Parts: sequence; structure tokens; C-alpha cells
Amino acid sequence: MIFLTRKAEFSSAHYYWVDTWDEEKNLSVFGKCANKNGHGHNYTLEVTVAGEVDPVSGFVVDLKELKDILEREVVSVYDHRHLNLEVPEFHSMMPTTENIAIAIWNRLEGKIPNARLHRVRVYEMADLFADFYGGEA
Amino acid sequence: MKAYLSRRYHFCASHRLHTEKYDDERNRDVYGKCNNPHGHGHNYAVTVTFSGQVDPQTGMVCNLGDLDMFARKRVLEQFDHTNLNTLSWFENRVSTTENLSIELYRIFAEFKLAQLEQIHVEETSNNSFDWLGDSSSSRTL
Repeated sequence: MIFLTRKAEFSSAHYYWVDTWDEEKNLSVFGKCANKNGHGHNYTLEVTVAGEVDPVSGFVVDLKELKDILEREVVSVYDHRHLNLEVPEFHSMMPTTENIAIAIWNRLEGKIPNARLHRVRVYEMADLFADFYGGEA
Repeated sequence: MKAYLSRRYHFCASHRLHTEKYDDERNRDVYGKCNNPHGHGHNYAVTVTFSGQVDPQTGMVCNLGDLDMFARKRVLEQFDHTNLNTLSWFENRVSTTENLSIELYRIFAEFKLAQLEQIHVEETSNNSFDWLGDSSSSRTL
């Protein structure tokens, strides 16, 4: 078993707001992230897959194919978009770093040939990242 | 859904690696330039990892504002721009980054809003240390 990690980047806008809370509570819990005009980040995505090395190709997965899957499933949907307003899963789920990692897992699971999705890591910035390893609640 | 949240903090501190249990020659032999009597310093970077269920309403493992406030009061204000050897934890311990990692784990374990998983301390860009607590889990990071 070997682990292979591919990075991708996307730049998106978001904000944090719970509709059933009043403004005071939203500001108190989310601080400046509650600005409804939004703000943005350069996100870095690291997708780690686990698998066996093919004895002929020497690959766990074809990196070009993995790159294309990340582009199609994630980057083309998230990049230069407002996550709350333009990405369907965040209409009903707060686009926190934790939830973005879970959403990307759900977008990728079962779509990578010959390898098992091991970890999705999402950096919102260099000093903050979330990891998701799959699994139910 | 269980997710892992990691946050990185920075502080600058001096230290000297030295133990009274060795004579001066052995200290110099074991610790090399780190035994310089006048000390030296590093820009430390601490990555702390917590796990927990993602709150369905806030989308968070824990509120970063709460974690940042805890880190500022309990870690940064205690360690930043200090000499580690003067801190009580290092009174009877060598101020290696291994021992620093264990102390940082002990402190962050007192943050009760999520489950502490791991402390990762970079002493320089070439040296880093991980501590997963006494019952070191076999989690593959």
C-alpha cells in the first residue's frame, strides 16, 4: 500500500451566517466571517489516495487522470465562485473548512479508479486546515 | 461527521540544551552548539490538531475564535519572547522540542471544546516533532 497526494488550488468567496439566529448572535459566534458581503481565500486542496503500485506502469493512479478528476469535480465548481451562493451543497451547509473537506470527499468518493480515497485536506490559509477521512457521524 | 481541524501558531523563544546530570564536557559533546552557555533561539511553529463532530448548524468542529483566545492566553503569552529554560516546566527538564511538544500537548488538552489529537512543533524548517499523547494512537495522518 502506498499513499499518493495531489494538490489543487481554488479561490472562492464565502461567509458564515445562521438564518435562525439574530444578527447579534451571528456576529458573536462568527465574528468578521459573518460579513454578509462575503470575503475570500486562496484554498489549497490536498487529496491523498491509497493503493497498490501497478507492476507495469509503476503508478498507483495516473496523475494526469487524478488531476483531471480534481479539476472536473472540484476546481471547476469552486474556483472563482461564491461558495454560499453558487455551490449547491453550501445552500444547506455552512462553507467552513471542515464542511468543505467533507463536501470534497463526497464529490470524489468512488470516482478515482484503482485507488481508495484516504484523506481530503483543505487549507483555508497556511495556518488553518481541516482533514476528513470519510465515515459516518 | 467527524473531522480534524488543525491550527498553526507561532512564537519566538530562546533556550539552551544542558543538564546538570552531565559534566560540562559531556554536555558539550551531547548537545553541541545547542549547549552554548548564552543560549540561542528559534521561531517555533506549533500545529495543533483537534477532532470532533462537525456541528450541523455552525459547520465547525470548534469555534476558532475560542481556540485562538485559548492559544493566545495559555501558550503565546507564556512562551513568546521568553527563555524556555526559565519556565517552570523546564526547571527539571532539558528544553528540547520533544519536551516542549509534551508540555504544549498538556496545555492544549485543557481546551475542552474539542478532542486534542496531536501536537506538531517545528523548531526550524528542518526539525519537527510530533506528540500524540501517552496513548499514542495508530491513526495514519
